[in-house]
Amino acid sequence: MIAIEKLIKAFGRKPVLKGIDLSVPAGQSVALFGPNGAGKTTLIRIIAGLSKHTSGSVKLGGQEVQQAGHGLRRHIGFVSHNPLLYDSLTAEENLIFFGRLYEVPELSQRINVVLDRVGLLHRRKDLVRTFSRGMIQRLTIARSILHNPPILLLDEPDTGLDQQAADMLRGLLLDIGASDRTVLLTTHNLERGLEWADRALILNGGKIRYDSLTDNLTPAEFRQVYTDVVATVPTIGKEPASS
Amino acid sequence: MSYLSKVRAIVWKDVRAELRTKDILSSMLVFAGLTVLIFQFAFDLRASVIQLVLPGVLWIAITFAGVLGLNRSFVLEQDRGSMEGLLMAPMDRSAIYFGKLIGNLLFIFAVELVLLPLMTVLYNMSLLSPSILLVVFLGTIGYAAVGTLFAALSINTRAREVMLPILLFPVMIPVFVAGVQATARLLDGESLAEIARWVQLLLAYDGIFIAAAMILFDYVVEE
Repeated sequence: MIAIEKLIKAFGRKPVLKGIDLSVPAGQSVALFGPNGAGKTTLIRIIAGLSKHTSGSVKLGGQEVQQAGHGLRRHIGFVSHNPLLYDSLTAEENLIFFGRLYEVPELSQRINVVLDRVGLLHRRKDLVRTFSRGMIQRLTIARSILHNPPILLLDEPDTGLDQQAADMLRGLLLDIGASDRTVLLTTHNLERGLEWADRALILNGGKIRYDSLTDNLTPAEFRQVYTDVVATVPTIGKEPASS
Repeated sequence: MSYLSKVRAIVWKDVRAELRTKDILSSMLVFAGLTVLIFQFAFDLRASVIQLVLPGVLWIAITFAGVLGLNRSFVLEQDRGSMEGLLMAPMDRSAIYFGKLIGNLLFIFAVELVLLPLMTVLYNMSLLSPSILLVVFLGTIGYAAVGTLFAALSINTRAREVMLPILLFPVMIPVFVAGVQATARLLDGESLAEIARWVQLLLAYDGIFIAAAMILFDYVVEE
């Protein structure tokens, strides 16, 4: 579903991604870990088509992201650091707007389904600016699955959430994972990421340094692996310019 | 139809949000009103002078008030991070441009709807003739066409509030000159046929910049 080969991304002369090779089959949930500045957001934005890569290949469903038409974006649900919502519109109006952009059939029914799924059906007529951080994040997830995309890209979806909201998000993601979607998510919470995903990756120094299924991985083991990887490989920001 | 429905969705979203917050309209209206009043006091306008300065005052008020709205239209998207949501949508990105352009036009027209009668009363000289309305309409389209493109261009710059007028005003000089000349001649009693070349200039400007913006917008908003 997601196929990345020899992906390089540089901002000016500063390389951020230095040759990423990654293949994510349909239906797999992948958690991408790494310290700040490792390039997680850059990688997600490139896969989403929001940022152009310097060289290499990024394919979704066999189509090269940079060359495919805008129709490919219909297959992607995206959650970024920003909620991508309008706080002066109601929850329902936000979803109506995005539903129209994605040409979602039977939109009002679909809106009820996704709002019910994230537990916000009773708040659908309320302005987003009256929502808590957790509610905004739930509505963000609702927006990202509104058009029923086969690929979900979630960039730190748990940032700023309290435990209750994180539990709700976990339930949502497990639900989403069970629905045969391909999910690529980034998080700084190692335990949460392991729980949510089938496969764990550690990105550091512009490369994927660790890649393993999460089946037999305990949080303690993974924390040790993560500490070792981050300690032995410098992040991009710490690297000397000549390397 | 699909393209148009997406343009319509963007206009609907902008208008609905604006009707709730009145962020853009209130600042544009107040600014336009103040501009007209300041000119009134500055020139201590008498009947003999009014006809000379009125076209300039009108177009300065439209230009200055308009730039506030143009700036806000994309700054609000950028500040809330919602621009990415638009860029991710499965549509030709020129639909974003046209949605924003139509929204900006509606807001500037709304200001003109108040400004023209206000100036007519204040200066005791009618700006509500069909010919003047046509010139204002065409000039506003050209102004908003370029302004919307440059507003998208300037949102990623550091001094974006200042950058838009710096980029925009030199490029819109033809609109300003044609608008002022056409309005002045119409106030002098000339007919629409007699000022045809100014109207043609406005039409050409509108066509060229809308076509150019349609082609360039994708490059302007990409990272």
